[in-house]
Amino acid sequence: MSASVIYMDNNATTRVAPEVLDAMLPFFSERYGNPSSMHSFGGAVGKEMREARESLAGLLGCAPDEIIFTSCGTESDNTAIRSALTAQPEKRHIVTTRVEHPAVLSLCKFLERSQGYRVTYLGVDSEGRLDLQELEESLSDDTAIVSIMWANNETGVIFPIPEIAKLVKSRGIMMHTDAVQAVGKLDINLQELDVDMLSLSGHKLHAPKGIGALYVRRKLPYRPFLIGGHQEHGRRAGTENTTSIIALGAAARAAKAHLPIENTRVRALRDKLENGLLAVVPDSRLNGHKQDRLPNTSNISFKYIEGEAILLLLDQLGIAASSGSACTSGSLEPSHVLRAMGVPFTFAHGSIRFSLSRYTTEEEVDYVIKNVPPIIETLRKISPYKQGETEPLDPRKPACGC
Amino acid sequence: MWEYSEIVKEHFLHPKNVGEMKDATCVGEVGSIACGDALKLFLKIEDGTIKDASFQTFGCASAIASSSALTELVKGKTVDEALKISNKDIAAALGGLPKEKMHCSVMGQEALEAAIKSWRGEKVDSVEHSEGEIVCECFGVTDHQILEAVRENDLKTVEDVTYYTKAGGGCAKCHEKIAELIAQARGEAAPAPEPAPKKLTNIQRMRMIEDVLEKEIRPQLQLDGGDIELADIEGLVVSVTLRGHCVGCPASQATVHGTVERTLREKVDPEIQVREV
Repeated sequence: MSASVIYMDNNATTRVAPEVLDAMLPFFSERYGNPSSMHSFGGAVGKEMREARESLAGLLGCAPDEIIFTSCGTESDNTAIRSALTAQPEKRHIVTTRVEHPAVLSLCKFLERSQGYRVTYLGVDSEGRLDLQELEESLSDDTAIVSIMWANNETGVIFPIPEIAKLVKSRGIMMHTDAVQAVGKLDINLQELDVDMLSLSGHKLHAPKGIGALYVRRKLPYRPFLIGGHQEHGRRAGTENTTSIIALGAAARAAKAHLPIENTRVRALRDKLENGLLAVVPDSRLNGHKQDRLPNTSNISFKYIEGEAILLLLDQLGIAASSGSACTSGSLEPSHVLRAMGVPFTFAHGSIRFSLSRYTTEEEVDYVIKNVPPIIETLRKISPYKQGETEPLDPRKPACGC
Repeated sequence: MWEYSEIVKEHFLHPKNVGEMKDATCVGEVGSIACGDALKLFLKIEDGTIKDASFQTFGCASAIASSSALTELVKGKTVDEALKISNKDIAAALGGLPKEKMHCSVMGQEALEAAIKSWRGEKVDSVEHSEGEIVCECFGVTDHQILEAVRENDLKTVEDVTYYTKAGGGCAKCHEKIAELIAQARGEAAPAPEPAPKKLTNIQRMRMIEDVLEKEIRPQLQLDGGDIELADIEGLVVSVTLRGHCVGCPASQATVHGTVERTLREKVDPEIQVREV
């Protein structure tokens, strides 16, 4: 793809911010020392790493020693859940939701299937929201951990983590949140929250891929996932990814500075894009609650057509987005998030997620608003399903005859 | 991102013969919106020769490209020649398809077969592939289809079968059965053991049915946002009502006759019949 891509897939990954790249580059070359070394050449890197940790703590409102650097969001999620289970071997129950990222969902299914844990998967309503009553009823003395994402990667729907954490804490149960999509987009102050563990990922907030972090509340019983050297106070062994840690620190400082922009300028652009498309394209709908949502995400379904075909036509115009359709994922079923919300199949296959960033411009949004409707029109001309018609094939027959 | 051939891209970006044909001699329809792709093929047949063909497709790029290529392939062919077109021929005309997308070529071949069958006046059931028993409930794929795909394309693994027919691409419950069918088609027969029948009193049977519905079937359906209620039991006939997402779900018939009936037959009595009321 050309350099002039119109990038609306920031929930998948983000560009490394120029100031982040500047900060990290020296650590690839002249400043390659190992922070564990006794010489000042290595020790000086350790000092910069401490600053990075402080910057990230500043973004999250926690103490620097409550942060463990990891390799990615998935590692943070796995570490958190496995730590909670290992630290409380007598407890055999996990509570999570049906709309989690695979980093949590697949792990829970694995623990359920091969290690005999009991898992409660909380459902969501048609706008993607949880029922806190259902959560409360699912908790028991046997519950080792509640793991609920802060914001959904596909729809951007935000769960009320402060309220959820308070409820979970009041029952003496460990609370973990996958905040990969929330950090940098929402104001988070862990000091004021009852969250015990929080996962984040660098490449979702303009740091490079291959770096993540796990917040672990002080004094929380914790069992490391990687065992080896003394790095991260023995909580995550392995030589530190110094370059990326420095980058994550710089990205955290930038995220904190830009947080107001996310909720003003980015939100306004997202709203313009969303309202523009919904107004012009008939039989389109928003997936997810209109208000309780990340400021950068818009998940729109276009009825009668399929997402992969839409994406490829967008790609022809240099627009990068993503879809919850079956064909894009390599699986044959549409997104588990949209299915959990009960989005009808007629809409689920034609879902497109636009996710913006602080680098998105108004010109880009206008370009997308102008170019998407003709694409939808083109594909609808090819489709056997038409506006106003019910499905021409018997809807009671098995889901697929092909 | 899929690695599509240049021919696939060309057929997708500039599809040939798109649209409804008002004076079509026959139409073949396969697929549904629920499964993610559907094809409606229109043919104009004169004196046993396909004079014209057009299509409407709901689906991904390779589904649209397969349909477009198919219409080009059949034009000018006699009906007998057209019937010889296999899914492999369609894939070949596209310069190949990613193996995960081979089901698009299978869909094309099936639409062609359905259209010609209807032209010949043969009965085309509203439920496609009514021949045989449904193996994959998620996508409504029968044992006949799976056997045919295995034989036609020399498939060896369950994954291959999923790529070609979609069977097994959902809940994965049918993987064992698919493996048996592969063995069968490849002449490596693996007979299934017969369960020994149990003799139950009416009361015992009713209690067991309630128990199995409550503890095994309901939780399973609820995972998918659906639900089921027991309406009545008369001898071996169990009447149920589907609730939640099951209502209007295209797979609900497969749910009633597949999941519900099969589980009850397995756990309670092999002669149980389930009806939806």
